[in-house]
Amino acid sequence: MSSTPNSPGDGNGTPLLALRGINKSFGAVAALMDIDLEVSAGEVVAIVGDNGAGKSTLVKVLSGVHAPDSGTIAFEGSDVTIPTPMAALHLGIATVFQDLALCDNLTVVDNLFLGREISPLRLNEVEMETRSWELLKQLSAKIPSLRTQVASLSGGQRQTVAIARSLLGDPKIVILDEPTAALGVAQTAEVLNLVERLRERGHGVIMISHNMADVKAVADRVAVLRLGRNNGVFNVSDVSAEDVIAAITGATDNVVSRRSAARGAPGASTPSEENQAQ
Amino acid sequence: MNSKTAPTPQIRPLDLQDERLQDRTGLKGQLKAFVDRTRSGDLGVLPVVAGLVVIWAVLQTLNPIFLSSANLVNLAMESSAVGIIALGIVGVLLVAQIDLSVGSVSGLSAAVVAVTVVNLGWPVWLAVLATVALGAAIGWVYGQIFNRFGVPSFVITLAGLLGFLGLQLYVLGAKGSINLPFDSALVYFAQLAFVPPWLSYVLVVGAAGGLFATDYLHARARRTAGLSSMPLQSMIPRSALLLLVLGFVVWYLNQTRGVGWMFVFFIALILAMNYLLKRTKWGRSVYAVGGNAEAARRAGINVKAVYTSVLVTCSTLAAVGGLLAAARLAAANQGSGGGDVNLNAIAAAVIGGTSLFGGRGSAFSALLGIVVIQSISSGLTLLNLDSSFRFMVTGVVLLLAVMLDSVSRRSRTSHGRA
Ligand SMILES: Nc1ncnc2c1ncn2[C@@H]1O[C@H](COP(=O)(O)OP(=O)(O)OP(=O)(O)O)[C@@H](O)[C@H]1O
Ligand SMILES: [Mg+2]
Repeated sequence: MSSTPNSPGDGNGTPLLALRGINKSFGAVAALMDIDLEVSAGEVVAIVGDNGAGKSTLVKVLSGVHAPDSGTIAFEGSDVTIPTPMAALHLGIATVFQDLALCDNLTVVDNLFLGREISPLRLNEVEMETRSWELLKQLSAKIPSLRTQVASLSGGQRQTVAIARSLLGDPKIVILDEPTAALGVAQTAEVLNLVERLRERGHGVIMISHNMADVKAVADRVAVLRLGRNNGVFNVSDVSAEDVIAAITGATDNVVSRRSAARGAPGASTPSEENQAQ
Repeated sequence: MNSKTAPTPQIRPLDLQDERLQDRTGLKGQLKAFVDRTRSGDLGVLPVVAGLVVIWAVLQTLNPIFLSSANLVNLAMESSAVGIIALGIVGVLLVAQIDLSVGSVSGLSAAVVAVTVVNLGWPVWLAVLATVALGAAIGWVYGQIFNRFGVPSFVITLAGLLGFLGLQLYVLGAKGSINLPFDSALVYFAQLAFVPPWLSYVLVVGAAGGLFATDYLHARARRTAGLSSMPLQSMIPRSALLLLVLGFVVWYLNQTRGVGWMFVFFIALILAMNYLLKRTKWGRSVYAVGGNAEAARRAGINVKAVYTSVLVTCSTLAAVGGLLAAARLAAANQGSGGGDVNLNAIAAAVIGGTSLFGGRGSAFSALLGIVVIQSISSGLTLLNLDSSFRFMVTGVVLLLAVMLDSVSRRSRTSHGRA
């Protein structure tokens, strides 16, 4: 459970999204156990954790890809079930998946508007293309032509397309699963700007990242998953990167701190006294 | 944006601003784009058209009657029924599934229409409606089984192949053959209804004019939106070429009986299917599901509904094809929809360029493919060679088409195309 007792709701009543006791297992592997998480409007929550900690699984539960085995999800105060990706989109939860969900045989424009094409009976290609250009310019995308198939794009270009797509439906919550992992310097900064803009506009953002600098730069709170369990929720403003790493690996004396101590890195070896949750 | 290059006379369109883009506008640019596409393995209709030219040349040298107007008129009529069935197969292949039962379903529909019209005395329109509805219902049942139980479509439809063949025999009863009256509207439509020459030319002009109008309106909309657009210099040759080709074909067919209404109906179905696939949200979903079903699902597409709709379309078109085949023969018998109908329909779709791997292909592949297959069939019949040769040759052509599909897919992957 959350070890730092701070008010997550920022004082404005019910959170936008609240998870209680979510469990999910794949056969014998319990990927998520008793997970709690809250996200308010205008808040950026980072989820961190080691490889296989269950971050992507949590994302998939929220986006309707996997149904949870048990637990409740409350959206804007009322309990909901998210049985399908369509249900998630209708609620206003848009997701950028880690395993990018694009159709290789379709063009960039087709992918951006997939599932929400303008004028279904007589596709308005022109409108879709101009809006695509506008959107991708906002993200500083470097894609030469939007009429090429997605198969021909680089990894980062595909990531940009996936992010752009999540923004099209004007969602209430945007979930980004390692959005900057494949991106160049400018595009990473652009995505971080975008996350901040989303917060300013009152969207809730869930961002999964392995990059502590990114997390510290934009997140308000950071939730740590460890082996499928909650391992602490921290306010980013009053926690150090080392404390978060300690929670991720489960010990203050971990491989990361040992490494930085050995190299004599400044400020890395002070073992923090608090936040040794479980 | 990039004002580094000084001599840029006019503002470049919104979609051509990236400096890495090479110029592909104008006739020369389009030609270059075509070469690029072909070399990267996106062969389009090129192999079929080339194959067709070779086949026609060979058959014509073997028997000069082959390319005669009378024979081509016949070829067009013979192509229609199986071509319509192949059109349904195109949709199923686009979502990377298969329907092996189209032959049986078409045979069943032939039997049903014959029994209802001849034995039960139903009016033709009612019999046709009932048959088409039966086809749709069969597809719907396939869809339910596929979606609910996750049985692979080729197994479900293999069961359908056998089951509906049985039902066809049962419906036909002990006699096993029912003749349709020659004065029935169905038989007239499939055998004797030809477009009057003046109307056929009007249709040709209408088609070319229609192409020009859509090109023009599309280009105008793109220009107003600040996007690159097709220049008038390439619009006019496109429409003119269509006018010339269609005009010549129609003129040549008009030397004898002309263009059959049944063939016009087939073309109309292709155009409708092409519109649905290329210009509607449904069509976009079909391609998406064929390209990456999980991605389509995550984009909020009701993937199950797409599978069902495609299977329903396929069975419905199979029923329509079967009905027309019966009308053309003026009879329904135990052999209706049997023999090579099934494989010809599937082969036509693949030969025409629709990929077996899903997500690639177009409605026009049904037309191109069936013309290839019917040409072989008609040519070999003219040479007095029996079906043994026809089967072998068609088999080889199908194999070539499938090999080409696989090879070009590999080439596309290495050139960054799906
Ligand atoms: N579809 C699945 N079927 C079976 N097991 C799965 C499936 N998806 C995830 N798992 C398992 O659940 C656990 C959590 O995986 P998950 O993808 O959520 O990790 P993650 O935290 O996102 O890791 P990473 O940082 O590598 O992305 C892993 O042990 C994984 O093997
Ligand atoms: Mg992950």
